[in-house]
Amino acid sequence: MKFDVVIIGGGLSGLVCGIRLQEAGIRCAIVSTGQSELHFSPGTFDLLSQMPDGMPVTHPVEMLDMLEEDHPYRRIGRLRFEHYAEEIPQLLYRCNILVQDTLLENRYYITAQGQMKPTWLPFADFQLFDDPHHLPWKKALLLNFEGFADFYVQPIADAFQSRGVQCQTDTLVLPAVERLRQSLTELTSVNIASIFEYTEQIDELVKLINPMAAESEVVVLPAVFGLSSSASYQYLRQRLDKELCLVPTMPPSVPGIRTQRQLRDRFCRLGGTFIVGDTVERAVVNHQEVEGIYTRRQEGVELTADHFILASGSFFSHGLVTENDEVKEPIFGADVSQKAHMGYGVTTDAQFHPMLQGQRIKNLYAIGSVLPGFDPTREGCGGGVALLTAFSVANRIINQMVEL
Amino acid sequence: MKTEEHHIVENKFDQCIKCTICTVYCPVVPVNFSFPGPREMGPNGERLKEKDEKAYKEALKLCTNCKRCDVACPSGIPIADLIQHARVESNHRPPRLRDLIIGRTDTMGRLISRTAPLANTLTSSLVFKFAMDKLMRIDQRRTYPTYALRTFEGWYHHDAEEKQKQFKHQITFFHGSYVNYNYPQLGQDLVKILNAVGYGVNLLDEEHSCGITQMMNGQMRRAMKNARKNMKSIREAVLQKQQPLIATSSTCAYTLREEYPTLFNIDNADVRSHIETATRFICRLVDEGKVKLAFKSDYVMHVGYHTPCHMERLGWAMYSTALLRMIPGVDVVVLPSECCGMAGTYGFKKENFDMAQKIGEKLFSHIREANVYTVATDCETCKWQIEMSMHVRVMHPISIVAAALDVEETKKLNGI
Repeated sequence: MKFDVVIIGGGLSGLVCGIRLQEAGIRCAIVSTGQSELHFSPGTFDLLSQMPDGMPVTHPVEMLDMLEEDHPYRRIGRLRFEHYAEEIPQLLYRCNILVQDTLLENRYYITAQGQMKPTWLPFADFQLFDDPHHLPWKKALLLNFEGFADFYVQPIADAFQSRGVQCQTDTLVLPAVERLRQSLTELTSVNIASIFEYTEQIDELVKLINPMAAESEVVVLPAVFGLSSSASYQYLRQRLDKELCLVPTMPPSVPGIRTQRQLRDRFCRLGGTFIVGDTVERAVVNHQEVEGIYTRRQEGVELTADHFILASGSFFSHGLVTENDEVKEPIFGADVSQKAHMGYGVTTDAQFHPMLQGQRIKNLYAIGSVLPGFDPTREGCGGGVALLTAFSVANRIINQMVEL
Repeated sequence: MKTEEHHIVENKFDQCIKCTICTVYCPVVPVNFSFPGPREMGPNGERLKEKDEKAYKEALKLCTNCKRCDVACPSGIPIADLIQHARVESNHRPPRLRDLIIGRTDTMGRLISRTAPLANTLTSSLVFKFAMDKLMRIDQRRTYPTYALRTFEGWYHHDAEEKQKQFKHQITFFHGSYVNYNYPQLGQDLVKILNAVGYGVNLLDEEHSCGITQMMNGQMRRAMKNARKNMKSIREAVLQKQQPLIATSSTCAYTLREEYPTLFNIDNADVRSHIETATRFICRLVDEGKVKLAFKSDYVMHVGYHTPCHMERLGWAMYSTALLRMIPGVDVVVLPSECCGMAGTYGFKKENFDMAQKIGEKLFSHIREANVYTVATDCETCKWQIEMSMHVRVMHPISIVAAALDVEETKKLNGI
């Protein structure tokens, strides 16, 4: 099967790259194993929250030049970085993903652990704050569903109280949620969220909360609203008497799962081919060019393309694996940077072409967390690297193919 | 050491990290909160069984066997297989009359097709449906499939078989009960396309229902018997006659390839890679440059492609959409992949009808949004469900290709 571009990996990076290419009329196929880190993401995209040495960042653009040479952002360059960072929210809106654009200035959201963390594009589910040391309320009602163990009220209450907010905590007992409790392990964010896909159930919830919140200015709830669209948290917000502040839960993430679906739907609607539940088994590389790939489910059918993109993720998604004390990239056997402190990843040239035994593969690109040179947890830049490298490579391919 | 390794492979549920991603993609969970969900029914099932065996058994029947949990699992656990295994193993009672009847698609087809016009009139009457609802618990709101007076096999032996020998290449077609008894036109469409590109179509020496409907309706022994007989004929066709086996029904293809070794415990490794869907086979031939298709220039259609659950599990929907996109006048929208709710015989059952319609609602809303009057899909029961629930026409991709095909030009291109 021949495509213009074949993308390996159906997570954030792969999908956004595919959407960008399809929007430019380039025919893409994405091979996805079925899982992606998005399912576990908190519901916001970070750009750069902190320098590797721990210094907090407020204006990511100004800090770019201070990052290491081989940080993906340095390779993109400041001009393009700013340009892509402006375009990305637009692309997300076209996918119906409602993000709050911070215009390249970090703002703060509350994490599941009650910390105030800087971020770039949080989903519209969440409240944004300008000052990490101040909250705009005096009295808050913090609620959890009885028995729901993936959301802890206490650290959030501590965070609120330390910022001068008086907190009242309580648990919610809703018949539909109680039914889930028949089996304790099933009381997860996703299962609760599937109950609140129905507005009748949100009405029940509102009936319960409104009297409890008489004294408070704001109601804090776990982010378990909106599995398939943003409609359910918007409806909840509308019906509540008081302001609503949703806080991310422990994984799996309801906003993350919704985003994954919206990206996939947009890609398919644009005519992209999304092959799900399939794994790339081997690649044919000749004269520094990828000729095609073979997957488990397609058996003898070779997927061929002019360009290939490796968006297979890091260790969690098996984009990188460890073997005999060595980190490997399993599909192409591409060269991997083994410097733990820099983050493991596939070494590339400045245009994100991976290297194979020191020589670049001309029609292959690597994007997202399979790249080295950054630490997504410490620097708070995983989402940004995924999105910006996807844009960078997509634009390069578009320019080449349009020129031809 | 070896025992341990073996143990881990056999018991893949040990690898479940309890992430619940499978639950997100389960069509039953959102419409029936008493269904404990794939993770609980599959990997956790063994433990649950000890806790409350009766409730567990009842819940097993709610699974539609759509396999979407398998596709979603990050740890590669065959969740649906675990659930179906548990279902087959926990079923010791003989099936009720209704399940006997709806499970035997081939026997029913044989009996009904002889009196098809009469039977079709009868099964569409409200009185009959009411009686079936009360007596058999087949929901009276369900539209029954219609039967053809002349079976596909009847047409083939009488009108087509002789001509097949002239072609250089030969394949074997697994028609399934649906093409044979309900909709022979689909089989004829396939013969038309393949003959035009120089391929002769053969039937298995002895074809039986693939067995999945019996398996799902508590008739394990009958299912195994059918499967074994099929395997004998398939081996003959694939290994001796060297003919690939293709099926128009995505579920038949899935069952023969994937369910035989896992659920039926029948080894098919020697023939498995030669079994595929009709759309994949034709798409591959075109792609590899072995055949060429020419289409009528005035055939215009705006069509939404619905991915049947088993096609999603096979990972082969792209061959159907690629084939449709080869037709210049056809504009294809791929609908977001959702279960239609019918799941074979699941939606016929009175206890499941409301659930089936609720599950389907997501897909129906995608169809409405896409603004299409024709939906293409490779599964016959998806077709029944969508046609019953919405005012759209549902066609198999093969039928669309056959209708759009310029036969004379195609023959010329392929030197026939």
